[in-house]
Amino acid sequence: MSESSMIRPHATTAHHTSLGVDNRKLGVWAFIGSETLFFATLITTYFVFAPVNRARPDFQDPREFLDIELTTVLASILLASSLTMVLALSASKRGDRRWFTTWLLATVGLGLAFIGGQVYEFNHLYHEGLTLSSSLFGTTFFVLTGFHGTHVAIGVIWLLSVFFKVRTYPNSPENAMDVEIAGLYWHFVDLVWVAIFVLVYLI
Amino acid sequence: MAIAERTAGTVSPPSVSVRPGWAGWLSTTDHKRIGIMYLVSAFVFFLIGGIEALLMRIQLGVPDNTFLTPDVYNQMFTMHGTTMIFLGLMPLNVGLGNYIVPLMIGARDMAFPRLNALSIWLFIFGGLMLYVSFFVGGAPNVGWFAYAPLTQKQFAPTAGVDYWIIGIGLTGVASIAGALNFIVTILNMRAPGMTLNRMPLFVWMQLVVAFILIFAFPVLTVATIQLLFDRHFGTRFFLPNLGGDAVLWQHLFWFFGHPEVYILILPTMGIISEVLPTFSRKPIFGYAFVAYSGVAIGFLGFLVWAHHMFAVGLGPLANAFFGAASFLIAVPTGVKIFNWLATMWQGSLNLTTSMLYAIGFISMFIIGGISGITLASPPINVQQTDSYYVVAHMHYVLFGGAIQGIFAGVFYWFPKMTGRMLNERLGKWQFWLMLISFNLTFFPMHLSGNEGMPRRIYTYEAEMGWNLWNLISTIGALLLAVAFLLFLWNVLTSIRRGPIAPADPWDGATLEWAVSSPPPVYNFAVTPRVRSRRPLWDKKYPHLHEANGSHGAPAGRLAGPLDDGFEPETSAAMEPIHLPSPTYAPLIVSVGIMILGFGIIYLGDFGLIAASAMLVGLLIMATGILSWVRISHVDSPYQAH
Ligand code: HEM
Ligand SMILES: [Cu+2]
Repeated sequence: MSESSMIRPHATTAHHTSLGVDNRKLGVWAFIGSETLFFATLITTYFVFAPVNRARPDFQDPREFLDIELTTVLASILLASSLTMVLALSASKRGDRRWFTTWLLATVGLGLAFIGGQVYEFNHLYHEGLTLSSSLFGTTFFVLTGFHGTHVAIGVIWLLSVFFKVRTYPNSPENAMDVEIAGLYWHFVDLVWVAIFVLVYLI
Repeated sequence: MAIAERTAGTVSPPSVSVRPGWAGWLSTTDHKRIGIMYLVSAFVFFLIGGIEALLMRIQLGVPDNTFLTPDVYNQMFTMHGTTMIFLGLMPLNVGLGNYIVPLMIGARDMAFPRLNALSIWLFIFGGLMLYVSFFVGGAPNVGWFAYAPLTQKQFAPTAGVDYWIIGIGLTGVASIAGALNFIVTILNMRAPGMTLNRMPLFVWMQLVVAFILIFAFPVLTVATIQLLFDRHFGTRFFLPNLGGDAVLWQHLFWFFGHPEVYILILPTMGIISEVLPTFSRKPIFGYAFVAYSGVAIGFLGFLVWAHHMFAVGLGPLANAFFGAASFLIAVPTGVKIFNWLATMWQGSLNLTTSMLYAIGFISMFIIGGISGITLASPPINVQQTDSYYVVAHMHYVLFGGAIQGIFAGVFYWFPKMTGRMLNERLGKWQFWLMLISFNLTFFPMHLSGNEGMPRRIYTYEAEMGWNLWNLISTIGALLLAVAFLLFLWNVLTSIRRGPIAPADPWDGATLEWAVSSPPPVYNFAVTPRVRSRRPLWDKKYPHLHEANGSHGAPAGRLAGPLDDGFEPETSAAMEPIHLPSPTYAPLIVSVGIMILGFGIIYLGDFGLIAASAMLVGLLIMATGILSWVRISHVDSPYQAH
């Protein structure tokens, strides 16, 4: 059993690959490259408007609204989820179902906690008078962090579907690769949060 | 040929049986069928875009015309530009690539057949959505570049712009999905021995284009999302009166838009690089230069976007930088042209229709390149921008260049795809008619443009002195339409009654000519092993291979008569061939996404109904994804053993 859940690129891939990398892994890497441009554009927009916002009559000062303590907690949650993701992957490579389940569900839980925290934050900001249309800051901030949150939500769905697939077909040798590429995406989303956290909240 | 005709005793059927008739097309995952679906649907859109162009040209044929109202004219040029670029040219390239690339690299299919199917459906639905706008209050009327703030609700109150956003969005997702597929297929599924340096140039260019796509399209996606939010959810990205920035739209749009023109032209440069050597009976001159200059163009393409914005007032420094960077692109482009000419030089030219189109491509592309040089120079640009001179330049590149290149490719590969030959005589008539009428249509626009005729005007006064040029243009456009009808006629008749095509009608050099026409579903019964850049020529003419041994084959491993271009790999021959099962999952997912799109368009105005539509869309999408996961599991090679 443990043998069949390990990655054996040459034995399990019916067709050899020219680069020696699994097709799906290569595809996800390229996809991540594409997503990088997506977030780079959103972050750039945020920075283009930061000085304009400051000069406007309806200026809303980011420092007044952003709660560093809350987002530090959220950032730690996501960083922790990257760690649990790594542990889930290594458990799946070992063929250790129990720990795989534990770590993967922990990752999902942390992801949900992050989304919960963001919902709380958005709600709070809304009551403070910061909305999509209240100022340039509101416009750029909500669109940037909102799309990041959407990516986290998609990541949670992705992880859950991997979880159920592995449970349904526990002996499929594809499992480790399924986990690995979901993990790649998850780490990417975490990394984007680190960038947003540093660039938007800290600076 | 020998290989294709060998029986493939080792093919195992897909786990789910292939469905006959329409169902077979709706559920297909075969790259060849998907390629044909791309080509056919793109050609239909292309014809629609052509009709829009004709309507415009009829309106402009004489001064003070009232054939079209100003608003309809605005819809026409917007839909014409959008259609030609997103629904015509780009997918025509994707269609050819989808069909030919796996064959050229010796692969059985694309890396992700189901993703490939998703891509074609999203493209078709995206195009249809764009055209639905005509029936629900008016098509978009803001130009294919949708400049802010004209696209805001107060200036464009109908849902046209929203359909534009969602339609472009769907085709954008389709393009990114397709590009990921090309990248993985080309990098990872080459036949043994086919190193990057032995890859056909068409494959090279498709690879470069795929990389441009995945980096350029997300920027457009973000820009259109921001626009959608501006229109419906109260944001102010592009609203200058609220602090937003209309020029930001231009930056984002052209950061995508300039690379987009390379997305349109590079694949056709790849086609030319296949067609010219075949019909000159010579290897391409300077293979490495052609390949790497394509990479250079792809890279530089991301640095020059603001040459579309010289008139915006970015300042002399920025203008100088972007002007200079634009000139830089002329270098790799010139290298390519030089290599093509050198390939033909002293070759024994075989002037088939395909070859004629390739030569037509080069000559028209040179004219388009020269008119581009003046445009890339900021001081002259300020004079010529938004005049018909730009329209002339653009069409020399996109039509004289890209479309003629596509015709070269279609005439070249039609026998491979259909098993029938196109009528060469009709093809040549079409070529000459098209070349002449193309120049009749677009050359005068240089002149009317320099005499001050602005683009995007629905009519002009007789005293302006542009009458003659416009009349000639309109007559040219009508003749162009005849050329297209000739082509349509040629295809429809040849597909039934054309002479049966042999596997290798043009004496080709690349692997696609080694299999029957049309190829079997599994492409290659036995995985070929490649020893040079021209595996099939090496097999057919071993002495030629020895004479040219330095091209691609490492010294000391020259193929002899017994050790020819591609020998079957014995170990691979023993493995059963898995074909992906047909499935409706990608179609279902796309339907879900489309319904989701309709919901988004109306979310601002009809909240509850739209939200329920979105929910329904999501549910359909989820159902599709579930059956996708199931079939991909059933299909996995580990199950089949
Ligand atoms: C059938 C032959 C064609 C004719 C007669 C034609 C005619 C025209 C005309 C008259 C305009 C100017 C509209 C205006 O500025 O008022 C135009 C714009 C345009 N055309 Fe074509 N065209 C043809 C083919 C193509 C092709 C093959 C492409 C590209 C693949 C293309 C892409 C465009 C674009 C992008 C615009 C700009 C639209 C805009 O200003 O929003 N056209 N065309
Ligand atoms: Cu450009």
